[in-house]
Amino acid sequence: MAAVLETLETVKSVDVDAYKYGFVTDIESDRAPKGLNEDIVRFISAKKNEPSWLTEWRLDAYRRWLTMEEPTWARVDYPKIDYQDLYYYAAPKSMSGPKSLDEVDPELLRTYEKLGIPLREREVLAGVQGARVAVDAVFDSVSVATTFREELAKSGVIFCPISEAVHSHPDLVKKYLGSVVPVTDNYFASLNSAVFSDGSFVYIPPGVRCPMELSTYFRINEQNTGQFERTLIIADKGSYVSYLEGCTAPKRDENQLHAAVVELIAHDDAEIKYSTVQNWYPGDSEGRGGIYNFVTKRGDCRGANSKISWTQVETGSAITWKYPSCILRGDNSRGEFYSIAISNGRQQVDSGTKMLHLGKNTTSRIISKGISAGRSSNTYRGQVFAHRKASGARNFTNCDSLLIGNACGAHTVPYVESRNSSAQFEHEATTSKISEDQLFYCMQRGLSAEEATALIVNGFVRDVLQQLPMEFAVEAQKLIAVSLEGSVG
Amino acid sequence: MLEIRNLHAEIDGKKILNGLTLSVPAGEVAAIMGPNGSGKSTLSYIVAGRSDYTVTAGEVLLNGEDILKLPPHERAARGLFLAFQYPVEIPGVTTHTFLRTAMNAQRKTRGEEELKTADFIKIMRAAADKLSISQEMLRRPLNVGFSGGEKKRLEVLQMTLLEPRFGILDETDSGLDIDALRVVSDGVNALRSKERGFLVITHYQRLLDYIKPDSVHVMSNGRIIKSGGPDLALELEKHGYRDIVANAA
Repeated sequence: MAAVLETLETVKSVDVDAYKYGFVTDIESDRAPKGLNEDIVRFISAKKNEPSWLTEWRLDAYRRWLTMEEPTWARVDYPKIDYQDLYYYAAPKSMSGPKSLDEVDPELLRTYEKLGIPLREREVLAGVQGARVAVDAVFDSVSVATTFREELAKSGVIFCPISEAVHSHPDLVKKYLGSVVPVTDNYFASLNSAVFSDGSFVYIPPGVRCPMELSTYFRINEQNTGQFERTLIIADKGSYVSYLEGCTAPKRDENQLHAAVVELIAHDDAEIKYSTVQNWYPGDSEGRGGIYNFVTKRGDCRGANSKISWTQVETGSAITWKYPSCILRGDNSRGEFYSIAISNGRQQVDSGTKMLHLGKNTTSRIISKGISAGRSSNTYRGQVFAHRKASGARNFTNCDSLLIGNACGAHTVPYVESRNSSAQFEHEATTSKISEDQLFYCMQRGLSAEEATALIVNGFVRDVLQQLPMEFAVEAQKLIAVSLEGSVG
Repeated sequence: MLEIRNLHAEIDGKKILNGLTLSVPAGEVAAIMGPNGSGKSTLSYIVAGRSDYTVTAGEVLLNGEDILKLPPHERAARGLFLAFQYPVEIPGVTTHTFLRTAMNAQRKTRGEEELKTADFIKIMRAAADKLSISQEMLRRPLNVGFSGGEKKRLEVLQMTLLEPRFGILDETDSGLDIDALRVVSDGVNALRSKERGFLVITHYQRLLDYIKPDSVHVMSNGRIIKSGGPDLALELEKHGYRDIVANAA
């Protein structure tokens, strides 16, 4: 049987049982009543003991959301979501507020251990080669632990749950929250603004290079619960921070909604590097269950010479709807988007970026690698725009798609618009299949069909993998192999 | 060592091999020559297990074991190596990574332990030096932008590192200048041993001046039509294939 046929055969039997993080933590939780109305919004705000301005901000978002319609332009297909049939708040019962790690429920610590996320600082310190990463662990609607805070505080870095920042640094939150993604930005962003529960807050003071990688680890555990986290990162003048985020969820038969908002602000000469390894539960081979990942991520290069770089490895979720973008407002600012999006089984991905050139001599670079296997659909959708005043704007875009088998689809939808004649935009796109010649060559050298595919795919995404922080790149490489398990004979 | 018995094969309903029989004992080098389209390269693909061809009859034994039912990587792990006429490019995968992955994959299939990185580097460097392959070349993506000569030298490097029981060289001389031909031939000759056999597929006598065969076989229309000693190659060089092919028909 030809390898292509074998590929098809195995793709048919794709079982997303390869998903390693599908366990459920048995922990009692405190939930808001089902459904969404102004009382629920107030309930969430009260749970967090928020100041009235924020309660009003949420209510305003909620009222605007009521007037909006769910977007339908993406190349994804799913049954209508009943927003009244969801829980909008769930917290482990044992959590009544920020605690020291010693007080965290051992069941939660075990959960993160199982996920490979060390929360005990001494264990991190004992880890390999002193590679230290500060972690904020968000479990359903609350942050359960944030590590290395004291050490970070020494350099003036603020890294804490956003629910805490509302109280400890109200001025910063008030100044920046919603300043990049306004409450009315889009349907899911408005929903998030109304009901967001927790997430991370980062502030890097002027001239400070954050001494370690910061990361947030998101875990959805509860049934029928949406996760609406909100992340806000501010890099003040001349500062630098590298931030990672990871996500997993248990296997469940129903779909779960994840509608996050991430806002980044880079002032003059500041740089933010934001990396995501998204591995939400993708659903089973028939498309049952899995996370709807409807996320708004946007960075504002507010100052001159600032830089924001997005790197994402997207392997999970039943549906991904996500366009991490950069507003290049400051002169000479730079935006980057590096993406690997892998879809298998019945997954649907519609992802890409927007680079909005507003300032002079702004530059951006987009490298997107889409890999489709099984019966999945994988769309790159990207916008590059130059404002009338954006003289000297430059963009380079490269979108490569790789198909495995012939029941999947890859699409590239670029929107390019320049209102300034001095702008230079370049767009390259390729679509290829792993060739029979390549597979046979590798197999003749001793690799199984699966090993050969993983090797070829890793070569295909190499440019992007190199953008990830070291420890993450290794993880991502393994994840790519696991995501494609069963995609070839 | 390698025994091919009455092998029939086809692709898309078209017959390519018509009862080919050939035996290469351990320690020997057999050369196959023949006009274009006689099925020489196809033979190497079928022995190595390429899946587009359908074997309709016959068997291929490697050390007494019928390998036709095995997938290509298991044939490789049992010691079969094919040096490709057109080595394939794999963008983004460094040559170095590819070599280590291949060596460890074969070890895994055989139930052996993986090579330690330090040991691998030592072995690889020594072998690469002998073939005038630079470290810089090993850091480049596999075969991407390599010249014809570089690709062929790399095939021989892979054969050296994988230490096969039986090597098939498919027109390894094509596209080589005289210096490269010598380097490649020296590499192959260094691997000759009592335990190892080779099948050398070529159009030209020239290669056989460097890699001296024990037997020469003429292939036409999917089977061996004449076999002889090294002299047969010289005769072919002088008179061409036409008479032999005509006599066999």
